[in-house]
Amino acid sequence: MNFITIDKNDWAAGIDQLKKTYLVFGPVQDENGCQIKPLAPDVQPEMGAPATVMSPKSVLFPQTEKILTATLDESSKDHHIMKPVDKNDTPRAVLGIRPYDAKAVQLVKLNFDNPDYKDPYWCDAYDITTFVGVGVNRPGPCDFSTSAGCGPFSEQGLDVLMADLDDRYLAKVLTPKGEAWAAACGFDTPADTAESQTLFDILQKEAEKQINTAISTDNLAQKTILDLYEAPFWDDVAFSCINCGTCTFVCPTCWCFDIQDETKHQTAVRFRNWDSCMSPLFTHHASGHNPRESKIHRVRQRFMHKLKYFLDKYDQGIMCVGCGRCVASCPVNIDIREVCNLMNDYQKDK
Amino acid sequence: MENPYMPYPVRIDNIEVATEDKSLKTFTFVFLNPGDEEKFAYKAGQFAELSIPGVGEIPIGIASSPVEKGFVKFTVFRTGVVTTHLHNMKKGDIMGIRGPLGNWYPWEKLENKNVVIIGGGFAFTTLRSSIVYMLDPANRSKFKNIDVVYGARSPGMLLYREELFEWEKREDINMHITVDGTDDPEWKYHKGFVPQVVEQNAPAADKDTYAIVCGPPIMIKFTQPALTKLGYQDNQIIMSLENRMKCGIGMCGRCNIGKELVCKDGPVFTLEEINQTPKEY
Amino acid sequence: MDTCIEKIRAIGADLLAKGEVEIIIGFSDGSIPMAARPVAVSSRDDMEKLVFNSTCGLNLANYVSKNSLSGKGAKIAVVAKGCDARNLVTHMVENQISRDQIYIIGVPCTGMVDKRKIASMFEDEITKFAEEGDTLIIESALKKLTVKKTDVLRHNCQVCTHPNPPVFDVMAAEPVAEQTLDQPFADVDNIAAMDPEARWAYFQELTQNCIRCYACRNACPLCYCPTCFVDESSPQWVGKGQNQTDVTTFHFLRAFHCAGRCTDCGACVEACPMGINVREFTRKLNKDALELFGWEAGLDLEKRPPLDVYSPDDPNDFIK
Repeated sequence: MNFITIDKNDWAAGIDQLKKTYLVFGPVQDENGCQIKPLAPDVQPEMGAPATVMSPKSVLFPQTEKILTATLDESSKDHHIMKPVDKNDTPRAVLGIRPYDAKAVQLVKLNFDNPDYKDPYWCDAYDITTFVGVGVNRPGPCDFSTSAGCGPFSEQGLDVLMADLDDRYLAKVLTPKGEAWAAACGFDTPADTAESQTLFDILQKEAEKQINTAISTDNLAQKTILDLYEAPFWDDVAFSCINCGTCTFVCPTCWCFDIQDETKHQTAVRFRNWDSCMSPLFTHHASGHNPRESKIHRVRQRFMHKLKYFLDKYDQGIMCVGCGRCVASCPVNIDIREVCNLMNDYQKDK
Repeated sequence: MENPYMPYPVRIDNIEVATEDKSLKTFTFVFLNPGDEEKFAYKAGQFAELSIPGVGEIPIGIASSPVEKGFVKFTVFRTGVVTTHLHNMKKGDIMGIRGPLGNWYPWEKLENKNVVIIGGGFAFTTLRSSIVYMLDPANRSKFKNIDVVYGARSPGMLLYREELFEWEKREDINMHITVDGTDDPEWKYHKGFVPQVVEQNAPAADKDTYAIVCGPPIMIKFTQPALTKLGYQDNQIIMSLENRMKCGIGMCGRCNIGKELVCKDGPVFTLEEINQTPKEY
Repeated sequence: MDTCIEKIRAIGADLLAKGEVEIIIGFSDGSIPMAARPVAVSSRDDMEKLVFNSTCGLNLANYVSKNSLSGKGAKIAVVAKGCDARNLVTHMVENQISRDQIYIIGVPCTGMVDKRKIASMFEDEITKFAEEGDTLIIESALKKLTVKKTDVLRHNCQVCTHPNPPVFDVMAAEPVAEQTLDQPFADVDNIAAMDPEARWAYFQELTQNCIRCYACRNACPLCYCPTCFVDESSPQWVGKGQNQTDVTTFHFLRAFHCAGRCTDCGACVEACPMGINVREFTRKLNKDALELFGWEAGLDLEKRPPLDVYSPDDPNDFIK
């Protein structure tokens, strides 16, 4: 771990140099707000941008991703035999993400990289990706990351954490991937470790002070799944829900997906798409039976998965980093902070 | 890194119509690549994704038995897009199989125990696999009494009829075959629903007896009290669940009941375990 | 507009007390600035939750077609601005609900604010939003702005000609003045004036950020089909991926399903997390319905919608 200082006048040139060896992603402003996208050759990342509507999860987990393909041409020797698609193994760097999004990647990793199976698409992408975050000097009103096991200057999952000091960035290089990134950019001006750390600590404290909403999660582990599942508040929580998938799509920790086949001429393609537990189709059996047929089932599933099932299954905290995207984007203002606190405070009547 | 989404290529070696209404067919597959059969080593109770390029995948219980070599067999009900396509395929066609997936009936725990197998309708596939496995000369001595209650709407809707009637003749397995009704005067087995037949014919439970139950929800619902009446504890009742699945490897997120993923942590659970989860199946 | 909330609460309390309705569907304050949350109130104590302001941009008719409560025969009161009431009428015309099932608490509407437009006036996130008459006071960590509400109205509210509910059981305030527009569809005319390639490019760009969350569909009171065509699997009409053809197919077909039914309430745009102006599709069909059939949806309980009836003098200029 070491600190380097990057003059903002040198930043653009460094990123241009980075693009020679890396596929570079970063916040890009368009009329619909800010999104993390691959940067075109002439585009620089909007480093000071407000929180992005969508999380950067698509860098490792695109909304639509081809996974296998086969030819259906029976004159071909290998017809109807599925093969993996070609992958782009150019190293990727994601710039300007907020720290909670890197923490989210670590939570998603528990799903895609486990002792039984490794998802090769996600894992390969993860292996070649460097996460360069920027500490959040001014967290917004939806940010509750400090109470969700994270925070505006959290280092979890990041390869580099930068602090924005107006005329320069102070970068804390956390991993070998981070060192390789700095070298690829040509950023090599060392900064004093003790001084830099003190600066980081001050900024962190300042930022955390501005976060004035919190969730309580301390009681969740000791409650039983069935008690929470059968709690009386789900009807009220779900009333306003219109069962769109917005919350799940904007969420950095939602990983559910669908697998679909399509054919074009003589080529079959199997690909996967983000899916959403808000959709009735998600669990709809071919027989017509649907174990989560009402929206109450589906709303409950989302919160139970994030705040209870995940916690019980992995013992790594909740499946939420407190980014507040679902709160900001929900058309009907369902607020995970309220639901989490309802669950945490719930006492079953004896 | 092994790609768990890659199916093994297989050829359809045989297709048999399994029931009189033709809604079920039994497909026998042979692996195209030598060595894949060994990689596909499975246990009775597991399932696999039948994978048709350009059409999709469908999770189906493995009906052949680990002791049967050279092929794998699946009995498939025609219901959705993939199964309808599969029913229209022909011998010699190439497709894929991905697996084996999920857990299996707890064979280690069942050693030296009495096993009661209870099945209904077309949920008899992995039960067939289990019976063939237990009756194999190398395995039979590992188990005490074996009872089988199997019912269908009518004689023509029973799966694996010839095998059933062969097992009927054996001394080392007690078969209780039943149909909801039939006007066949020659029918020499039970008439009546599975729960009744269980109550009247299944052995009462002691600590060395386990029941494996597989069937439509309505059968399961009424079989549970029958077993409880016979003294079975919830941890002696073993069930196999079905839910909508896609990946089959616990990643895509749809098949959960509580924190358990039916595709990976299941499909086999004891009733005691199921009682701890929301009834979302 | 906030002045009528006391009246709404009083009407609600009275309806519950007399047992005339079992629940009142309205808006409550959201947990973040500029958010309003649809809520069902069934007790006098909860009546204080009800609010009505310029952020109540969703359409509450959406909650009586798909809401499980409506199936139980309970009588429901709905707090309805002009467009909500028009969609309730549309539900009735389409036999989704019956008139005697719904008690309409009409609210004359002075328009809803364009939350994206307001957000774009700030570099950081908005922390406070208050409304005093026609003035909005909006704050972020970096600045505080005082804005005239009329300057930040949603486009559909700027061109609205029916702010008062056409059908109601009681009004919570005196009706507001209704405007007539010389050019009600200037936006559509601008697009129509493009050459075909430019028009195609315009719509492709419009939907390029669509994530297919279907918030537009699910916020729309018209979209009550038990299985939407995009969710149908046999046959599968539309691919499920982010292929532009499939995305476009969804938007085009959804718009056509709304032809002659859309009240231009703007709930679709309000709900879209990606800021897509989905109304660009439906507006053209609204224009056709008005110009070809003299039809605006949701104004009349007795008249049948134009696509519901055949008349020998239906315009047929499209047959060449």
